Amino acid sequence: MSIWEYANPVKFIKTTDRMMPYLAVGAVVCLVSGLVWGFFFTPDDYRQGSTVKIIYLHVPAALMAINAWMMMLVASLVWIVRRHHVSALAARAAAPIGAVMTLIALATGAIWGQPMWGTWWVWDPRLTSFLILFLFYLGYMALWEAIENDDTAADLTSILCLVGSVFAVLSRYAVLFWNQGLHQGASLSLDKEEHVADVFSSPLYVCIAGFVLLFIALVFLRTQTEIRARRARALIARERLA
Amino acid sequence: MIALLMRDLRLAVRAGGGFGLGLAFFLIVTVLVPLGVGPETALLSKIAPGILWIGALLACLLSLDRIFALDFEDGSIDLLATAPLPMEGIVTVKALAHWLTTGLPLVLAAPALGVLLSLPQGGYFWIVVSLLVGTPALSVIGTFGAALTVGLKRGGLLMSLLVLPLYVPTLVFGAEVARRGGEGLVVQTPLLMLAGISCGAVALLPFASAAVLRINLR
Repeated sequence: MSIWEYANPVKFIKTTDRMMPYLAVGAVVCLVSGLVWGFFFTPDDYRQGSTVKIIYLHVPAALMAINAWMMMLVASLVWIVRRHHVSALAARAAAPIGAVMTLIALATGAIWGQPMWGTWWVWDPRLTSFLILFLFYLGYMALWEAIENDDTAADLTSILCLVGSVFAVLSRYAVLFWNQGLHQGASLSLDKEEHVADVFSSPLYVCIAGFVLLFIALVFLRTQTEIRARRARALIARERLA
Repeated sequence: MIALLMRDLRLAVRAGGGFGLGLAFFLIVTVLVPLGVGPETALLSKIAPGILWIGALLACLLSLDRIFALDFEDGSIDLLATAPLPMEGIVTVKALAHWLTTGLPLVLAAPALGVLLSLPQGGYFWIVVSLLVGTPALSVIGTFGAALTVGLKRGGLLMSLLVLPLYVPTLVFGAEVARRGGEGLVVQTPLLMLAGISCGAVALLPFASAAVLRINLR
């Protein structure tokens, strides 16, 4: 029994089908309870008023935007090393989700920034590196779409993902060097000074758990779709030959 | 490898006019900017380093699809792939040829165009240094992008989308060196970072480009 058994598409679909209800229900429960708790049962911040509550969407989305890229990186490595098709398809499935998460983080940040910083957008290091991350997602998805042969596309995009990761990290430090920026430090950290107050952080953890579950469920669902689409295409091709 | 380099250089100079195209594009961009933002000297000299860097970057980007496209069309890339040369060597030579025909002329032309943008007095030396250090990275990264999109129809637009985010760190540090140099500040840190990016890209990216090219020729 090893994890590589799940590289078998049939086994993958069967297992994820069994996990899907739990994931979906867990995601809904966590998101609804976390958001309701966060929006209605936490006090207003003494400086930011009620705008602070956008944190329950902004922080989890930003976290998942980065983690989605990380997951794609791992999946790409697995594809390059062991050539399991499910892995390549999972990386492909995660990209649009990551892009949407990046967009949510940018949009909620802008909505929060308007009343707080007095501007929708500043060229702050964190904002800029998120915008660049979004561009990386776009390029990655465009490359997948552009290449007809599936294996070639998987190979090329996984190498792009590896190179892109290095350059994404480099860009992160480059823009950090370039402008010190307005964005506050990490919201969740072991450092007490930096950490948001406990009243705000408990619902935040629930929201993060909800986003993680949602992400996993969506990736599973989209990977299944990709597998089935590829099967359907293979069937059509066989029909045509016969 | 030297023979390949000479062949690429000869092709670039004699056929297709790719040699002058990048330079002409660089000229056009720098001429258009004052027309767009107005002729105020103070404003122009403030943005001159950035404009020169962006112009150089775009000129580089414009000439990227020539690296492999022509060889791919007439099949000579397949011959090169079967030649007793490692693929890494081929892509390195290709990147070097691209730098010699595009990057180096841009470096030499930058001070002349700096005059048009009323670059500050101290800036001329540093714009040359920063471009000299930074353009090899642009060529090598661009070769990777060109190798990724070599077999594609309408690959040019996609290549821009893939390559431009990869250019971000080089652009940030390169323009920073030129800006600081122009204002007489200390340039050591960004210059070292820029050199580090160039060296790292030249050392590592040919392996990625070679792997990608092998996949595309499969």
